[in-house]
Amino acid sequence: MKNSSEVRQLLAQRQTRRVFLGRTAQGLGALALATLINPGLLRAATAKSDRWTGVVNPFHYPPKAKRVIWLTMAGGPSHLETFDPKPKLAEMHGQAMPESFTAGRQIAQLQGQKLLCFAPQFKFQRFGQGGVEICELFPHIGSVVDELCLIRSMTTEAINHDPAHMFMNTGSQIAGRPSMGSWLVYGLGSEAENLPGFVVLTSLGRGGQNQPIAARQWASGFLPSRFQGVHLRGQGDPVLYLGTPPGVTRCQQGDVVAAVNQLNQHHDTIVDDPEIATRIVQYEMAFQMQASVPELMDLSREPATMLELYGCQPGDGSFASNCLLARRLAERGVRFIQLYHKDWDHHGAVKQGIEFKAEEIDRACMALITDLKQRDMLRDTLVVWAGEFGRTPMSQGGDGRDHHNAGFSIWLAGGGIRPGMVYGATDDLGYNAVEDPMDVHDLHATLLRALGIEHTRLSVKFQGLDARLTGIAGRVVKDLLV
Amino acid sequence: MILSVIHHRRGLAAALGLWLVTAAGPVGAAPAIEFNRDIRPLLSDNCFACHGPDTAKVKGGLRLDLREAALRPARSRKAAIVPGDPEASELVRRITTSDEDDLMPPPESHKVLTDAQRELLKRWIAEGAHYEGHWAYTPPVRPAVPAGANAVDHLVRERLRAEGLSPAPEADRRTLARRLYSDLVGLPPRPEEVVAFERDPSPEAYAQLVERLLASPHFGERMALGWLDVVRFADTIGYHSDNPRNVWPYRDYVIRAFNANKPFDQFTREQLAGDLLPGAALEQQVASGFNRLLLTTEEGGAQPKDYEARYLTDRVRAVGAVWLGQTVGCAQCHDHKFDPITARDFYSLGAFFADVKEPIIGRREEGLLVPDAEQARELERLAGVMTQLEQRFAGPHPELAEAFVAWERGQREALDGDGRWKPLAPVEAISAGGATLTVRNDASVLASGAAPDKDTYTLRYRSEFAGAVGLRLEALADDALPAKGPGRAGNGNFVLGEVLARVEREGDEPRRLRFKSALATHEQTSHAEANPYKRWPAVAVIDDDVHGENTGWAVLPQAGQRQQLLLEFESPLNLGAGDTLVVELRQHHGHGQHTLGCFRLGLTAEPEAVNSPAALPPPPAIAKLLRATDPQGEAARRDELWAHFKQVTPELGPLREALAAARKAQTDFEATVPRSLVTERLDTPRLVRILPRGNFLDEGGELVEPALPAYLAAEGGRDGARRLTRLDLANWLVSRDHPLTARVVMNRLWRQFFGVGVSKVMDDFGAQGEPPRNPALLDWLAVEFMDSGWDVRHMVRLMVLSETYRQASTVPRDLLARDPENREFARQGRWRVEAELVRDAALSFAGLLGTRIGGPSVRPYQPEGYWENLNFPPRTYEASPVAEQYRRGLYVWWQRSFLHPSLLAFDAPSREECAAERNRSNIPQQALVLLNDPTYVEAARVLAARILREGGDDDVARLRWAGRQVLVRELGAEELRVLQALLDKHRAEYQAAPESAEAFLAVGLAPRPPELAAPELAAWTNVARVLLSLHETITRS
Repeated sequence: MKNSSEVRQLLAQRQTRRVFLGRTAQGLGALALATLINPGLLRAATAKSDRWTGVVNPFHYPPKAKRVIWLTMAGGPSHLETFDPKPKLAEMHGQAMPESFTAGRQIAQLQGQKLLCFAPQFKFQRFGQGGVEICELFPHIGSVVDELCLIRSMTTEAINHDPAHMFMNTGSQIAGRPSMGSWLVYGLGSEAENLPGFVVLTSLGRGGQNQPIAARQWASGFLPSRFQGVHLRGQGDPVLYLGTPPGVTRCQQGDVVAAVNQLNQHHDTIVDDPEIATRIVQYEMAFQMQASVPELMDLSREPATMLELYGCQPGDGSFASNCLLARRLAERGVRFIQLYHKDWDHHGAVKQGIEFKAEEIDRACMALITDLKQRDMLRDTLVVWAGEFGRTPMSQGGDGRDHHNAGFSIWLAGGGIRPGMVYGATDDLGYNAVEDPMDVHDLHATLLRALGIEHTRLSVKFQGLDARLTGIAGRVVKDLLV
Repeated sequence: MILSVIHHRRGLAAALGLWLVTAAGPVGAAPAIEFNRDIRPLLSDNCFACHGPDTAKVKGGLRLDLREAALRPARSRKAAIVPGDPEASELVRRITTSDEDDLMPPPESHKVLTDAQRELLKRWIAEGAHYEGHWAYTPPVRPAVPAGANAVDHLVRERLRAEGLSPAPEADRRTLARRLYSDLVGLPPRPEEVVAFERDPSPEAYAQLVERLLASPHFGERMALGWLDVVRFADTIGYHSDNPRNVWPYRDYVIRAFNANKPFDQFTREQLAGDLLPGAALEQQVASGFNRLLLTTEEGGAQPKDYEARYLTDRVRAVGAVWLGQTVGCAQCHDHKFDPITARDFYSLGAFFADVKEPIIGRREEGLLVPDAEQARELERLAGVMTQLEQRFAGPHPELAEAFVAWERGQREALDGDGRWKPLAPVEAISAGGATLTVRNDASVLASGAAPDKDTYTLRYRSEFAGAVGLRLEALADDALPAKGPGRAGNGNFVLGEVLARVEREGDEPRRLRFKSALATHEQTSHAEANPYKRWPAVAVIDDDVHGENTGWAVLPQAGQRQQLLLEFESPLNLGAGDTLVVELRQHHGHGQHTLGCFRLGLTAEPEAVNSPAALPPPPAIAKLLRATDPQGEAARRDELWAHFKQVTPELGPLREALAAARKAQTDFEATVPRSLVTERLDTPRLVRILPRGNFLDEGGELVEPALPAYLAAEGGRDGARRLTRLDLANWLVSRDHPLTARVVMNRLWRQFFGVGVSKVMDDFGAQGEPPRNPALLDWLAVEFMDSGWDVRHMVRLMVLSETYRQASTVPRDLLARDPENREFARQGRWRVEAELVRDAALSFAGLLGTRIGGPSVRPYQPEGYWENLNFPPRTYEASPVAEQYRRGLYVWWQRSFLHPSLLAFDAPSREECAAERNRSNIPQQALVLLNDPTYVEAARVLAARILREGGDDDVARLRWAGRQVLVRELGAEELRVLQALLDKHRAEYQAAPESAEAFLAVGLAPRPPELAAPELAAWTNVARVLLSLHETITRS
């Protein structure tokens, strides 16, 4: 959908189109210019850069972070077996959960069942200078705890996986809203050459509780499609349809693209349609991606020490590999990198489940933080570790935990975030966030602030409203920011 | 600044006017102010959030949406608006003050009025501050049009004259033909059709082409595209597991409705309330599937009240999007801030759908059978057979009277079976898999803790017992178990694989005890396709695992109930002092924690208790009947016992088998008949209450009954005490004086033929939308639509026969600059066609496209692993076979959470929400699809074969022929040169590497003509790929 300012911008671009096309013809990798809905600004058209540069200009605040790596622990990690020690819950093991905790709260699969306290399944240890208590299964994360800002008082509105992911990603439980990655690329543009600004990677856990994840989780919603997340896949073509057909060489593919663009250009001289310039650029970009993405995905050139740090092998499709890829994407200027690691849905056998998860993520998380830090990139990279909700202090089936939204733990690290901090707390049994509760809108508002954006000012008209990532809520939690 | 820019985006006339001044020179004296066009949007966007219809949020006692209220002194005792006197108007002072505390809109709102907007407000007040009713809530009135004039052209040109614009000349016939084909049937024309049209000297040629296309069965397919978006039609449920559901017959209904030119009012009634129409025909019931198109969930742990609320809001949003053009969604939580819709209106609208029968959580039902005529006849025949057999079975069967008496006696004896068994308490109970086994006072054993997928329980008993002939295992229900057990699987089930028993005595070899028979109260028959027993029988526990470890005794669907397994020893057993009876319960099913959760063992010395047909106690329902003594229900109890007896007595065995066979024949045949979800009415509708702030946990809100929005219908359309129905809702939506429906539908139709609506905002006709640029045009269309009897085809014809439609789309730069978005229609639009049509065109050029109308959804090639993130269950995608592979994009399987990536790349919506319009983006993924998706590679190959066979004898002739096929025009010299160069180079390269050519040509299922040399065909395939990938190819102009 176009609007007048966008078309004006396109018209202005056409003045320099000859030069611009000259550049693409020489294969300089010019990026997309048109279909921009950069409202009100002729800047993008007149600027030298062909890249989408975002609508937030100037920044609302000095930005501390330039990009985000969001580690989504899909399924809902138990805070009680990761980051929130609850000795009192151990004491109460097997006893009825006091009703004062649970009255009027949403319950998922435990609806109508007897609610019994279920002790944390592992010991906690103190780590770092502040002696932060973390579950003993996560010593690697513990070793970098001084870099982390641990939030033990998260809450969310949703209690089923699908709506809860939507809420965590888009600030709404209704489909059709842009994901945070889309908002960010829309707001700040992307610095990536030949890569999308919003990239998604997924990995499976070996416990078998791999909840489905819908593509809407990285959709651009009512923002234009160019801001959607692109799923880089571990098998087959990393980007859908990236591979040249069998029997066609890269050179031949280049011939086809060149012929398409020449004929399109020729057609433009007759019909004079601004969309054609855009189309030409998109073909060029697609052709470049066919080379740049496989190069990006190839971990075999990483030094052995690096593979060892993360604990991964090229092509193993693991969360650890994805963490290493996330760093490579960050280096290449991708704005928002979201990793989904599944299998946290421990309705049963939470003990064994967490053991699996710890093996899969503990070292990798530490490696990502360490690697970013030693490259001096942690400074301006915001890392988020979060599930879509937490898990009940009550047992399910004697050895598991149900979904829980009234209090759970996440952590942040890097750009603009105060390191070595613990924020908020749940009650003695880990049920309700009672100290400094923080909801998803607050989280979004705070993250945007670290990125230099005032959350109330990044909005787009949709169905008559100034729609925002934070809806009509959101509070910047300044304590978390440096 | 973002926000000020957003004002421009929504097409504020004033803002645009300003821009025109700078861009194109002054356009004359300021036009008269129109409240709805100029002022309401300003007030709405900047003021209504605090001074508008949301009564809970009104600040300072001031409302600006109603004139009377705006003129009254506010809480400050000052009048915001004094008509004719801007200086005395507090509003003017507050928007112009430099005092930040007083300034409106307040700085924290980030809303900023421009100087021009302030001037406009001042002028409006100076001119008397006239309000108008909101344009869209006032029924449209037909504007006067001179007799004989084409109303569309007349009304468009009135605007053009006022704007100083002139219409573009008529497009050339080739363009007109491509445009009409794209807009009316969604397919490219064949070159010979275009040539015939170009050469037809008749002044009627154009109208004749229009009629021909309107009569094409593809017209219905083309029209269905937009409708399926707006009603969010999809093949899957949407949430979480995103499993399939049966709805495709609804799509066929839509196609047929457009082809039959079903009046839109009837179309509306059938979809909202087809089931409520008198004598609802199958077609109308299928149409009522509209009410089932929403997103639903099967997620475990989803709360019914949560999803009940979601479904209600989903349906209300749909009515808002499809008919009302109102963004009613806001009123889910509070009174609308900009439009007069209240939370009460919202939930009252939702209450219309409280009678839709559906599972809130879980799998949708299979749906209504939708047979064709032949299938309907066969269904009738099979039903006849069934009826006959059922009558025979019904009896009266006097010959069975004696057997009945004997059976009842036996059952009464078996009732007390428990007294013949002695429960045993184990001295030790050990789980090999690490489960905790607790022996309780009643001798039962409860498992807890670790729940491995495989386990063996070993139980030791030191009870003395003489003459034991049978061992009984009771599987017991317990609240601590999932679904109350008796098993530990999530559904309460278990699979007991093998029971081994032995006697141990110190100094002796253990003595194995063997069993000769096994009976159970219930044996599971479901999920037994792969089980060699075709069930989960008792006998599997004494079969020495001849059929493997994972078979055994299981009890679904009777979870949560006590079950018994009776095992008869081969020879009687005496247990003395010093003997230990050891029983091993092997449970090696291997997944899903199918182990016993609670059980008890016992022994009996009475053979009848273990081996007679009456050994097993009657099922609980029968036992209850037998135990009952109340004389009142005696007759009814006898009937029930008799009915049960008929189900078990051997005398009726053959008849029961015949019935079962007939039933099977019926179900087998039904399985071949399509089904579709339809609306069935609940006799007692669900209660609907206003949910404060949309919170489903809050049950404090008032209960509401179905009612129409009060701002559009007096008294909510109430009709005495009668509860309003969906049919009332439908009738109201298509009533002659409804202000919205006809306008909304005509605005969408206009966009289909002109690229942009008369009002640009398709989904919001409220205060935050855009008043139509040409209100007379939209009103005329709306009135004509209603007065024609809601005749859709008539309106299409009117639009496409207009000169406005026939204009050229290429325009001089200065016109483009004057009206960049083509809001005045001084030219035609040009745009990239819809995702489905991109596909259709490529397949059509190749000659592959299937032209059958309607049918189930199909699966084009899709990248492997694209569905890897789907689960419950995991799914593998299987592409459709050749016969179904090349169907139109309209029929592609619509997987909401992972829509086919080729469609997604070209902006097809996921259809999770109603979509009144699609994006028209231009992104690199589109290039990747056209270049690399096997569908397009194959289409190029098949087109290349056509070029070689049909295109002439030399390269130039063939290139020209190919150009005519795809672009319906002659290629120019420059174009021929580019393509010839590509052809020459690739021909040489493939001749040098024929194996590459072979690999290339192997893409796709379509056969390859054997006579064509691989290198030649491969080179031409790349030429064809270029043509299929061109901007012009996928653009409607």
